[in-house]
Amino acid sequence: MWQFLHKMASPKYFYDISGKWIPWLGGLTVITLLAGLYYGLVKAPPDYQQGESYRIMFIHVPSAWMSMFIYVLMAMWSGINLIWNIKLADVMTVSSASLGASFTLLALVTGSLWGKPMWGAWWVWDARLTSELILLFLYLGYIALVSAIEDRRTAARAGGVLILVGVVNIPIIHYSVEWWNTLHQGPTVTKFDKPSIHLSMLIPLLIMAVSFKLYYLTVVLMRARTEVLDRERRSAWVRELFGAKPAS
Amino acid sequence: MLQAFNAMMKRDLLLAFRHRGELANPLLFFFMIVTLFPLGVSPEVVLLRKIAPGVIWIAALLAALFSLESLFRSDFEDGALEQMLLSPQPLSVLVLAKVLAHWLVSGLPMLLLAPLLGLLLAMPERAIAALELTLAIGTPLLSLIGAIGVALTVGLRRGGVLLTLLIMPLYIPVLIFATNAVTAAAAGMPIAGQIYFLASLLVLALTLAPLAIAAALRISVS
Repeated sequence: MWQFLHKMASPKYFYDISGKWIPWLGGLTVITLLAGLYYGLVKAPPDYQQGESYRIMFIHVPSAWMSMFIYVLMAMWSGINLIWNIKLADVMTVSSASLGASFTLLALVTGSLWGKPMWGAWWVWDARLTSELILLFLYLGYIALVSAIEDRRTAARAGGVLILVGVVNIPIIHYSVEWWNTLHQGPTVTKFDKPSIHLSMLIPLLIMAVSFKLYYLTVVLMRARTEVLDRERRSAWVRELFGAKPAS
Repeated sequence: MLQAFNAMMKRDLLLAFRHRGELANPLLFFFMIVTLFPLGVSPEVVLLRKIAPGVIWIAALLAALFSLESLFRSDFEDGALEQMLLSPQPLSVLVLAKVLAHWLVSGLPMLLLAPLLGLLLAMPERAIAALELTLAIGTPLLSLIGAIGVALTVGLRRGGVLLTLLIMPLYIPVLIFATNAVTAAAAGMPIAGQIYFLASLLVLALTLAPLAIAAALRISVS
């Protein structure tokens, strides 16, 4: 295991092996996505209260989960990078940021589309909506910082500090906002006792969640590969890969 | 270590008082932003009283950011910051001294000006007392959190707007608890809960922020 992780930290090995994984991950993403959409949009029964419009949940909820999951992942990688100085960890952080921001935006947009028929408004200053919006700001701040610093390594390390500060702050922000105002329906899946969502809706939801995770993995690996190539463009193995003569 | 802390604070305070003109700028900024609200919204007393806590706090937040921007700049430009990084004293302690000195010359005057602004916005006396209390706990918090962002952007040429983008989201809990306390006080409700929360945030920031600032400085100066 350790040996494997050690090997993964080498850019060349990462480049080779992730290239082999991507088609599989992409294939699985498509399969789970189709299955999840089929069960969610066709098979699942309409909600007794919200009718058909609840079906946007199958996009909204997984993307909201992803938005938080990716931030935590980025914090983990930043920690690894700051402690052990592993280059690949910061490649992963930088490549994840815009995906995380996109999922956050998707969660906000679908939430607002869902909110219009349900609450009668595109936007309400509800706790969870607001903390999701703040999360988007945190992502955008990170992206702005990383793109403002020219040196890639410095940018990634500075971004890492910001992400770690953010991850300490996220619970505080979340609870302060929750305390400030709440309208959103409570969590229905992560409650410790039995989830208050019916199985016929839960299963497509979980399939969609898996699919979103796979999608993230696929795309983040693609982005990380590009980033690795760009950073290592002067190294011998990249030159060899593209048929150029070794640097003299 | 304490000696280094004191020396650093004395130096920063001295530097601040040698540039007395600059001391007034954030205060003026604070005052002007508050003045804009009656002009822009409405001079009606009932409305002003209602929005006053938020207006004053948002102005304080912006003024804090505005004044923090130059926290490390001159030290960075003349190389003093590098000497601090190289010194055998722990960087986080030196940084804490700098932030504290900065708060003394920028945060504390805001505290003195705030009651006047409260009167201008027709706040009741109870609420002004609460405003003072929240500002006393909250402005050091703003300085500590903001300094992390300043440390991250110190080497950048156009760090100002970027600093705002990085730090604003982190200021939100402070804003929520502080304005909530002031509003509650105006309504005659107890505010102990909010104040304890702010105080615990301050303790958290006092312990963790210097480490983060030091780490950020090491990254951006290297």
